[in-house]
Amino acid sequence: MSNKIKIAARNVQVYYGDNHAIKDVSVDILDKTVTAFIGPSGCGKSTFLRCINRMNDTIAISSVQGDILIDGEDIYDSNVDPVQLRAKVGMVFQKPNPFPKSIYDNVAYGPRIHGLARNKADLDEIVERALKRAAIWNEVKDRLLAPGTGLSGGQQQRLCIARAIATEPEVLLMDEPCSALDPIATAQVEELIDELRQDYSVVIVTHSMQQAARVSQKTAFFHLGHLVEYGETDKIFTSPEDPRTESYITGRIG
Amino acid sequence: MRNFLNVAPTTVLVLVLLALTLVAFGMVRSRAMASVGGDSRKLHSLPNYYGYNAALFTAIPSLFVLVAWLLIQPVVIQNAVIEMIPQSAIAEGSSVSLVMSDVTRVANGLDAAVQAGAIDADRARNLSSNDTDVRALLAESGVALGSDVSPEVLAAAQRYRSMQGTGRLLMIAIVSTIALAGLLFAFRVTTEKFRARNMVERFLLSMLIAAASLAILTTVGIVLSMLFETINFFKLHPWQDFFLGTTWAPNFRGDSELSILPLLWGTLYISLIALLVAVPIGLFAAIYLSEYANGKVRAFAKPLLEILAGIPTIVYGLFALLTVGPFLVNLFGRGENGILGVDWMSGATSVLTAGLVMGIMLIPFVSSLSDDIINAVPQSLRDGSFGLGATHSETIRQVVLPAALPGIVGAVLLAASRAIGETMIVVLGAGAIARISANPLEAMTTITTRIVSQLTGDTDFASPETLVAFALGLTLFVLTLGLNVLALYIVRKYREQYE
Amino acid sequence: MTDLPDHTQPQRSLLQQDARTVKRNRAEKRFKMYGIVAIAIGLLMLAILLVTIVGRGTGAFQQTFLTLDVQLLEAKLDKKGDRNIEDIKKVSTFGYAPLMSAALEAKVATLGIQTELKPKAMADILSKDAAAQLRDFVLANPDLIGTSVEFKFLTNSRVDGYMKGRVSRESIANDKNINAAQLDLVDALHAAGALQTQFNLSFITGADASDARPEAAGMGVAMIGSLFMMLVVLILALPIGVAASIYLEEFAPKNLLTDIIEVNIANLAAVPSIVFGILGLAVFINYMHLPNSAPLVGGLVLTLMTLPTIIISTRASLKSVPPSIRDAALGVGASKMQSVFHHVLPLAAPGILTGTIIGLAQALGETAPLLLIGMVGFIASNPPDSIASGLLAPNSAMPAQIYEWAKRADPAFYERAWGGIIILLVFLVTMNAIAVLLRRRFERRW
Repeated sequence: MSNKIKIAARNVQVYYGDNHAIKDVSVDILDKTVTAFIGPSGCGKSTFLRCINRMNDTIAISSVQGDILIDGEDIYDSNVDPVQLRAKVGMVFQKPNPFPKSIYDNVAYGPRIHGLARNKADLDEIVERALKRAAIWNEVKDRLLAPGTGLSGGQQQRLCIARAIATEPEVLLMDEPCSALDPIATAQVEELIDELRQDYSVVIVTHSMQQAARVSQKTAFFHLGHLVEYGETDKIFTSPEDPRTESYITGRIG
Repeated sequence: MRNFLNVAPTTVLVLVLLALTLVAFGMVRSRAMASVGGDSRKLHSLPNYYGYNAALFTAIPSLFVLVAWLLIQPVVIQNAVIEMIPQSAIAEGSSVSLVMSDVTRVANGLDAAVQAGAIDADRARNLSSNDTDVRALLAESGVALGSDVSPEVLAAAQRYRSMQGTGRLLMIAIVSTIALAGLLFAFRVTTEKFRARNMVERFLLSMLIAAASLAILTTVGIVLSMLFETINFFKLHPWQDFFLGTTWAPNFRGDSELSILPLLWGTLYISLIALLVAVPIGLFAAIYLSEYANGKVRAFAKPLLEILAGIPTIVYGLFALLTVGPFLVNLFGRGENGILGVDWMSGATSVLTAGLVMGIMLIPFVSSLSDDIINAVPQSLRDGSFGLGATHSETIRQVVLPAALPGIVGAVLLAASRAIGETMIVVLGAGAIARISANPLEAMTTITTRIVSQLTGDTDFASPETLVAFALGLTLFVLTLGLNVLALYIVRKYREQYE
Repeated sequence: MTDLPDHTQPQRSLLQQDARTVKRNRAEKRFKMYGIVAIAIGLLMLAILLVTIVGRGTGAFQQTFLTLDVQLLEAKLDKKGDRNIEDIKKVSTFGYAPLMSAALEAKVATLGIQTELKPKAMADILSKDAAAQLRDFVLANPDLIGTSVEFKFLTNSRVDGYMKGRVSRESIANDKNINAAQLDLVDALHAAGALQTQFNLSFITGADASDARPEAAGMGVAMIGSLFMMLVVLILALPIGVAASIYLEEFAPKNLLTDIIEVNIANLAAVPSIVFGILGLAVFINYMHLPNSAPLVGGLVLTLMTLPTIIISTRASLKSVPPSIRDAALGVGASKMQSVFHHVLPLAAPGILTGTIIGLAQALGETAPLLLIGMVGFIASNPPDSIASGLLAPNSAMPAQIYEWAKRADPAFYERAWGGIIILLVFLVTMNAIAVLLRRRFERRW
């Protein structure tokens, strides 16, 4: 675990129209660490996650106030292009969403649009590296030109992770990446997340407390749009300070 | 109309049937009530159902037979009468069907004469051309004949009349018997235990099925009506010329060249231009409306564009003939006086005129179909692409459109089928000259325009020049049907993929 | 921001757009522009179309009339003097022409207009229909014979075109129907106020007229033809369409027959309309010997054509009624049929009605099949006098009448074709507006 702060959020408010979805959240997220966001459904954890790579921009009625800084740069600055931001902050979604293209093209998509490869050999290498990094290379190396939609759910999700890391991001956001997967696939993805920690700052939203405990070093508990408690994962799960956190962890709310 | 249905007796019959139906309802309902001593709770069904049951049994089978009779009788009589006309009675240059129309005119004329009181019914029946000038007689009662009435025609006409009279009597007898039998049956079965509601519902269900089957009947009707005449056409005209010839030149000397190829070329060329206009504009409009436009722009622009789809094709036809055509002539024609100073176009009707206007008509067709299809692409794919840092246009071009491609191909095929079958725009805007040429500024003609021109005005259903229209129609039907089936199949497969 | 702790050093700054992003954003703008341009083209075409229709069609609602005082001489119109209508009817339009001519001469003389035209040539500025107009008026008002009446005569279509700017003095060089001297007379009459262009009701209510008298042609009879056709379509297509939809949506088992019906309906909806015309010609006219050009036949053909549209929209509205309603009815012991007819159908009725109106609007504007069953090519001159003749007597229909005018060579008829389109579009807009209102008013969200 590094002590460098990768993402710093200060007094973040998010509105969906009249709905105040995130209320005054401030948090520092460390580099080379897995940070888990937990909380009951509708608590704002996914919303906050989507602020970090400005995916909320695609929803017309949403508005974000406050500051989110990555490496000290305000990502909501008018000079920042979300396109460039998202190359730096990759995202993996709840449901595996491979494009209806070949496995190779899925992974090569990001590098191609960002112009990361100088030639075909370069691109081949990026794809191979990403697939290896996502621990799926051995399963797909013989059928790189087969459609990505033909893979199993767990494989699809690892393909999506490979697709996200092919653009060489510095932060990886994961929005309940295992909720659509069976236990075996979940275990594979969790193992992968643990490995990714070495190179990336990983933020994972999960509704499973066990998963948060297994994969993360830091945990943030959200409730009704507030960040209730944030700290070392062990501490949150063993001796939470806030009574709401304790209620959630012991299963009384949520 | 008189040769189809003698309005008066048929109307009376229908009115009698309706009255009988009402009587049946009342009679059987009260019988049901009487069977339980007025306590309707003891009946299996509500009392009205017993009445409905009787009404249905009285009205439906009899009306069905009545309609069927009215449809079949003319054909039976016609066939019987045709046999009476000897080959010798058919004059040079005439045909059986022409003689038959004389027969029906004489028969109807006699009817009219009897009705007007010019002659009495007995005399009309025994009239012979030797002792009376039938033509003059009929002229007196307002029926003009082209020539004198030959004995054969008169005999046939009298046979026609007598058969029609007998047929009418038989029809009245049989239809009323069926109605009464239905009433009697419903009356007999009505007891307190009788499940009237179930019976009525089964009856209703079969009527619903009949209504639904009309779709099949229509298709069968379309195919058969064109198939028979097409077969007749190919008896009179070599199929090789129709499918493989290169000239369309109907004439009335009997050596017409009737080849579909020049027409097919015109049809496809115009459709191609229409698609070249409609597909890019429609597709980009759909992309903008579904991906970029905010709610306000969408609510404003989408219905406005769809107005273009609601405008009747005759309006587009007129627009092509009187506005777009002359504009194109100003642009590409008239030599020194034209806008471009060239002289490439001589008349307002051309492939380009019809194609452009048809393209405008198809814009909303393509855009609303594509809009639906683009909206069916799951949002998760867009999110995935945005999450990787793709711009909106990259997402659309590289993720959304490839994902929507099969659906869009289906939409384009549907638009193509529309273009091929479109009639009014080409009738008014494309011209009437059948030729195979690559110059879009020339007038060409299409399958649909030739169908219209061969089947309007004076038509003779024994000549290949008229019958060819049915062969053209069948080809058109097969062509568009193939495109539609293919398009619907592709679109359905596409939708299943994202369900 | 003072409490922010140490940061990692950014590898690539987000605050500066790199060259590639700038390029990509330009491509993005371009792409978006294509969409805007496409929509703009579509809307521009719509605007051009509507402006053309209105610009060229409104003229048809105006006509140039010449007001003259006509002496309805008893000696010419009713020689016996007993006002016997049968005797008056025996006087043909030729008997009226001299009266008109005399009235025009008198008018020219009173106004002091100098012209070298002979009386016959002067009278040529009037419509060929003017005498018939006067005759109809006299037959309707025989009491006025022997008096002098002020009467508005239709003028010749060339005069009308001259007043509207369609015909110019240059363009008549080769026109045998009018000459410069006649136009001088027209100008003088116009200056004196006798010749005016004003609203022409008979374009909306009147009958079609022959090639030589475009100024007298109207849409009225064709409108009645369309009305009868729509009546047939409504009476047949609505019940059959609803019955078929109920069966397919509520009762049909999943079997081959149902599949065949479904495929058939989907395909019939996309069959070119002209094919329905061929069907109508072959089945209704050649086989059943229904009369040519009859609105009944037109209605039958349009019914078959409209059915798929009505079935598709009816099924959509039946589908939108939630299954809970059916379950509730079945739960209190209603039969399936009762649940459908008592509960589902009434709830779906607004949607069905909306779909039917849209289907009717489609049928109203359809032309191609009508060409094949003979609803063009003749002059629909008399309005039908009964329902039977409305259904069975030859008539035209609005779009067929427009086509008929578009085919005639005289530009005066083109103006009427555009005017006819305005009338047709008014009907279509009204029907669609009613459909939209119905949908808004009764739309139910479950």
